[in-house]
Amino acid sequence: MIVNEDTKQQQVKSMNSYLAPLVRDIPPSGIRKFFDLANGSKDIITLGVGEPDFTTPWHVREACVYSLERGVTAYTSNAGMIELREAISQYLHDSFEVGYDPQNQIIVTVGGSEAIDLALRALVAPGDEILIPEPCYVSYSPITSIGGGVPVGIETYAKDDFKLTAEALEAQITPKSKILILCYPSNPTGATMTYEDWLPIAKVVEKHDLIVISDEIYAELTYNDTHVSFASIPGMMDRTILVSGFSKAFAMTGWRMGYVCAHPDIIAAMLKIHQYTVMCAPVMGQVAALEALKNGMEEKNRMVESYNQRRRLIVQGFHDIGLECHEPQGAFYAFPSIASTGLSSEAFAQRLLLEAKVAAVPGTAFGATGEGFLRCSYATSVAQLTEALDRMGTFLHKLKQES
Amino acid sequence: MKELTELKLKVLDLLNEDARRSPLLLSTLIGVDEEAVKEAIAELEADHVIVKYAAVVNWSKIEEETVTALIEVQITPERGRGFEGIAERIYLYPQVKSVYLMSGAYDLLVEVEGRNLREVANFVSEKLSPIDSVLSTKTNFILKKYKQDGIIFEDREEDNRLMVSP
Repeated sequence: MIVNEDTKQQQVKSMNSYLAPLVRDIPPSGIRKFFDLANGSKDIITLGVGEPDFTTPWHVREACVYSLERGVTAYTSNAGMIELREAISQYLHDSFEVGYDPQNQIIVTVGGSEAIDLALRALVAPGDEILIPEPCYVSYSPITSIGGGVPVGIETYAKDDFKLTAEALEAQITPKSKILILCYPSNPTGATMTYEDWLPIAKVVEKHDLIVISDEIYAELTYNDTHVSFASIPGMMDRTILVSGFSKAFAMTGWRMGYVCAHPDIIAAMLKIHQYTVMCAPVMGQVAALEALKNGMEEKNRMVESYNQRRRLIVQGFHDIGLECHEPQGAFYAFPSIASTGLSSEAFAQRLLLEAKVAAVPGTAFGATGEGFLRCSYATSVAQLTEALDRMGTFLHKLKQES
Repeated sequence: MKELTELKLKVLDLLNEDARRSPLLLSTLIGVDEEAVKEAIAELEADHVIVKYAAVVNWSKIEEETVTALIEVQITPERGRGFEGIAERIYLYPQVKSVYLMSGAYDLLVEVEGRNLREVANFVSEKLSPIDSVLSTKTNFILKKYKQDGIIFEDREEDNRLMVSP
């Protein structure tokens, strides 16, 4: 078919005009741009990957294959297989001292992402303000906006190891504040919160009657202490919507298996949305997730130990090449400061990619407060990390000589 | 003493993954002093816990001629020495790559390598079977090695992650 260029232009314009303004106005992800840049190039070492470098353990994959052979292919109950919900309940109790009734307090979701979407859709009314500590995972703010809420950033700082402080939180609270979204251990900073760190936050939450969505997807990847769930802080159980999943702890990102736990009233509301949108999480994934919880703890511990080793390697490496870097206590990201180079995060990341062949994500992809920082994932082999650090050292040396 | 043992285990795990890792790298990965790692390695070597630093080689890539057999050997234990003496008589042959004492239907599992089938067959008929206390042998030739010492020779699982993801 021959299409006149003018008509084509016109068509594109007019098709865009059909889009909901809320969606049309969402800015494209800062990560996407680096993905496109990195994807075309050769010989790149990437520190830009936000997922484990392990393949899902074989026993988990095998359990899924076996279930397919037996013909386990039907819908499950909306909230997910009861055996899986029971296993999740038991696991959360044993690992993080939180108690949820598998009957009416847990939904198995399509990744933690769906859980966050469900929570926000269930709670946000137009004009509600959603408090989001930054730098943070990329999806909280756009999903808030789609739901008609107003995202309100709360700055966190390198001097505090990017922990959330009660003062910073309190400063952003207005009568419209309704929800606080937490993500600790943090993507992208690797920050964690201890019991003592949480107490003053819990006070503010109580005082201003907030609901908390606590994204604890990296809970298992906590290195020097054990993870403290926000739901386990006295008085916070009913106020907290706990979001987690299997992606990071069990190396199961592509399976899209997550879950959400909350007060039965909130779960009932979320379940309505879940049943009308996805019906239930894929049954193969549920079978695999159950196997991971039943028999996967040893492998999980082995993987966590391996991340911890590489965490030490990258932090030491950054210090050796002269990049300031707080010690990340969780997840698999280091968040060094590149401010000393005088370049913006984006310019630094772009030049690092083109000139040194190392891909990393500029801090600004995670909010304006990420300016001056670079997110580096250390979920890659020791050999690759060592080579990446070498290349970055040479690159920094070159930058110094330029100035 | 317990802490040193834990450190040694970590050192062993990491060297088992890659024996060429330096004490400095090991100390960074484990989060201890380089000196402590050096000391642990020296002790492990002195105690022959670390026996040798050898490469895992996929010989089939370069030497198609080589054949390996796993030979099940039934023997009568010697009075007073059990299986030790016979095991030694067998493992001292350079073509014997490994010898295990087994539970079950036979006593020793002997891995023998040769340039061809005949060489291995000759070893069995001329060296192994004639040993007095050897009652019987059963020779199984290896056709292909998929995995050895926890290492998959031709790993088909690639890193198919996206270069950059949130």
